[in-house]
Amino acid sequence: MSEDEELPDLGGGATPNSNSTVVSIGGGDQNYVSPGPDQVLENVLENVLCFLTSRRDRNAASLVCKSWYRAEALTRSELFIGNCYSVSPRRVTNRFRLIKAIAIKGKPRFSDFSLLPPDWGAHFAPWLRAMAISYRALEKLYLKRMCVRDEDLAIAAHSFPILKELVLVCCEGFGTDGLAIVARECRQIRVLELMDSVIRDNEVDWISCFPEDVTCLESLIFDCVEAPINFEVLERLVARSPSLKKLMLNSYISITQLYRLMIRAPQLTHLGTGSFSPLEIVAQGEHEPDYFSAFAACKSLICLSGFKEIIPEYLSAIYPVCGNLTSLNLSYANISAEQLKPVIRQCHKLQTFWALDSVSDEGLQAVSAACKDLRELRVFPVEALEDAEGPVSEVGLLAISEGCRKLQSILYFCHRMTNAAVVAMSKNCPDLVVFRLCIMGRHMPDHVTGEPMDEGFGAIVKNCKKLTRLAVSGLLTDRVFNYIGQYGKLLRTLSVAFAGNTDLGLKYLLEGCPKLQKLEIRDSPFGDSALFAGLHHYYNMRFLWLSACKVTRQGCKEVARQLPGLVVEVIAWNEEENGTSEDVDTLYLYRSLDGPRADAPRLMVRPSLIMLGKALFNYRAGFPLAALKISPSSCGFHALAVEPSPAA
Amino acid sequence: MTMISEEHKKEKLGFEETELRLGLPGGGGIINGDLVKNTNANGKRGYTQTVDLKLNLALKETEKGENLQKEKNLISCSNDSVKPSPKAQVVGWPPVRSFRKNIVAVQKSSSEEGGGGATTFVKVSMDGAPYLRKVDLNMYKSYQDLYGALGKMFSSFTMGKCDSQGVMDFMNESKLMDLLNGSDFVPTYEDKDGDWMLVGDVPWEMFVGSCKRLRIMKGTEAIGLAPRAMEKCKNRS
Repeated sequence: MSEDEELPDLGGGATPNSNSTVVSIGGGDQNYVSPGPDQVLENVLENVLCFLTSRRDRNAASLVCKSWYRAEALTRSELFIGNCYSVSPRRVTNRFRLIKAIAIKGKPRFSDFSLLPPDWGAHFAPWLRAMAISYRALEKLYLKRMCVRDEDLAIAAHSFPILKELVLVCCEGFGTDGLAIVARECRQIRVLELMDSVIRDNEVDWISCFPEDVTCLESLIFDCVEAPINFEVLERLVARSPSLKKLMLNSYISITQLYRLMIRAPQLTHLGTGSFSPLEIVAQGEHEPDYFSAFAACKSLICLSGFKEIIPEYLSAIYPVCGNLTSLNLSYANISAEQLKPVIRQCHKLQTFWALDSVSDEGLQAVSAACKDLRELRVFPVEALEDAEGPVSEVGLLAISEGCRKLQSILYFCHRMTNAAVVAMSKNCPDLVVFRLCIMGRHMPDHVTGEPMDEGFGAIVKNCKKLTRLAVSGLLTDRVFNYIGQYGKLLRTLSVAFAGNTDLGLKYLLEGCPKLQKLEIRDSPFGDSALFAGLHHYYNMRFLWLSACKVTRQGCKEVARQLPGLVVEVIAWNEEENGTSEDVDTLYLYRSLDGPRADAPRLMVRPSLIMLGKALFNYRAGFPLAALKISPSSCGFHALAVEPSPAA
Repeated sequence: MTMISEEHKKEKLGFEETELRLGLPGGGGIINGDLVKNTNANGKRGYTQTVDLKLNLALKETEKGENLQKEKNLISCSNDSVKPSPKAQVVGWPPVRSFRKNIVAVQKSSSEEGGGGATTFVKVSMDGAPYLRKVDLNMYKSYQDLYGALGKMFSSFTMGKCDSQGVMDFMNESKLMDLLNGSDFVPTYEDKDGDWMLVGDVPWEMFVGSCKRLRIMKGTEAIGLAPRAMEKCKNRS
């Protein structure tokens, strides 16, 4: 019933009076201008759209017509940038004017496993420059896998005076210097969360930088900060923060210090326990605090983690809270099944459980018996080696599937597995949304039947109808990809390693999975012909990653030529004496509105990083170029860099 | 043959091995020299941990000038090999982030007697200092190295006599007596048996094997431990 039609573009700017009519209301104000229909529409829209919070809904709304596009752009307050290179900061700040919360993701996930050079990119600085001008009312900043420098934190602290939340996940490039500035300058900060990030120890006492009159802290997570903490100051900070709900300590905090913090903050809901190990520097003979009663006093505690250097004898202190826990992270605690059992059998409300495989199949059986409400399980390896005889296997997986029927997400590292157990899980746990199985030995078959693991993963995609994320491993043929292409209709994220036989494997995926957004593949025999099978889909994807596969430089160039809206990054070997080889080591391609990035590292020695995209397209079409530089260095290596053409 | 070249490529995928990289500012280009020193449990991810996983570890030990030459040699060697070793480790596999590997290793070595593993982290406290530090005893080759490091770590807190660079001069034995008599500081350690001993009595290797914890005590409190040390001084002078 909408009366909307495509309205003429009014030159890009809002000209509210262009369609209005002047009405003189007898005797009234002659200057009154009744707003025209599209202005009314925009007003209505703006008032309605502010209730639309989901970004997918907003994206859809913005596509209705230009009027809706404008109204949506003016009312969106939360922004999500899934790939920091898919769009330039300036384009973003030009479109959205009123942003209060922004999330930006940078490097692809495989960079976590040393598959990208450290200076690859994903710098926060250019985003910060644009945001410091346009988003001064920013309240929430979330960054994942970005390079953030101390200077960036300083500029952010100065540019966003009402910043309330700063969350940095898997970031690097800054140190305790930067943290000190944030603590000191962001006077409204309520949430400061540092997770899985690499933070330099500048030997700065950053905790002391929180001003004495700042009392609004709600969440302080610094378990990944590998630097000592001034405990007395931390204790005072916790004591003056009555709203503090989340506190996650690093391994420099002893269990005695933990006790002192807990008795000051019994209102905590999320606690990261630090080292969970005593400090014996105090003179011997001193009584140990009553850790049990400290936990008993925390009646709201629902999430427990830390245990970074656990002395297992202290684990019984957490018994009072077990019955309330919905999340327990023991993934740094090298404990056995026997040490786990007395704890886990009390955790009947547990929904999230992370552990090391040291708990063994027997420990997982105990989990299965006790945690009927379990939704997410992660089992990490104590020894991340291929050739170990790991303590968990298909036995643990089967037990979990039988006891935890509501399971939605699983990440399971093991050394041996069977199809039967995976099939059983596919049937017992139909609610699975995330299934990530990592059999650590490459090309490892079903250790009972000797068969490839195709049938197991095939059953997962077939029976788990809500599955959106999958990671496969073990010995796998093209057949598993056929299954995935056939049944994985909701699949958005797929990770593949050491799998498949021919190009058919990748073709099945690209042709069969319409919702595929993120595809990361390593060490699999997929070549150019498979690459071309995805041309119809790459614009719908966040990214495609192929490393140590069989694609060639020629193939990558062809993709770049056919899809000018893609950026195709190639890391390739240059055989020094033979000129450029065709071998491509890593291909990372993604859609971008703004062409190849200007901050790609220039590698003077192999391997070299090549950017393909619009520039190359222009080159092929004969436009003035685009620096396609080949400059032999004195060592005989070649550096190849393509820059965006100024004429483009 | 394909497997070989793939293996070979994986070896070369360690970007940290290339010396002469010029990264753009903000990206943190690393020179090999810095890399080698940073192999402690700082939680640093990515390329530093790749060093542990990779095969051609010989590269990181070589002089810069020889690096390229060695790389060439390595290439020809790899091409000659018949088949890849089944135990050869691959970059980034299994896909476990390096800080997860690090932390577990530290745990293991502290639970073993004397820390037989590659790292022997012990906590160091200094009386009056607001927080503790940790040192990896395996990073030092002698007491002098250790004292230098401790002095540097705690120089801001010391109330004792320092030399012109602000480093505690523990190395001077004649000063030890001054230290013990005054309000200066003395390094002590807790050994395997739980006893508190004066640092420096036993040979270095024996010390590394038996030290569980370090404490830099006030000189006046170390008097009970001092007679042994003073006797040592008398014997030497």
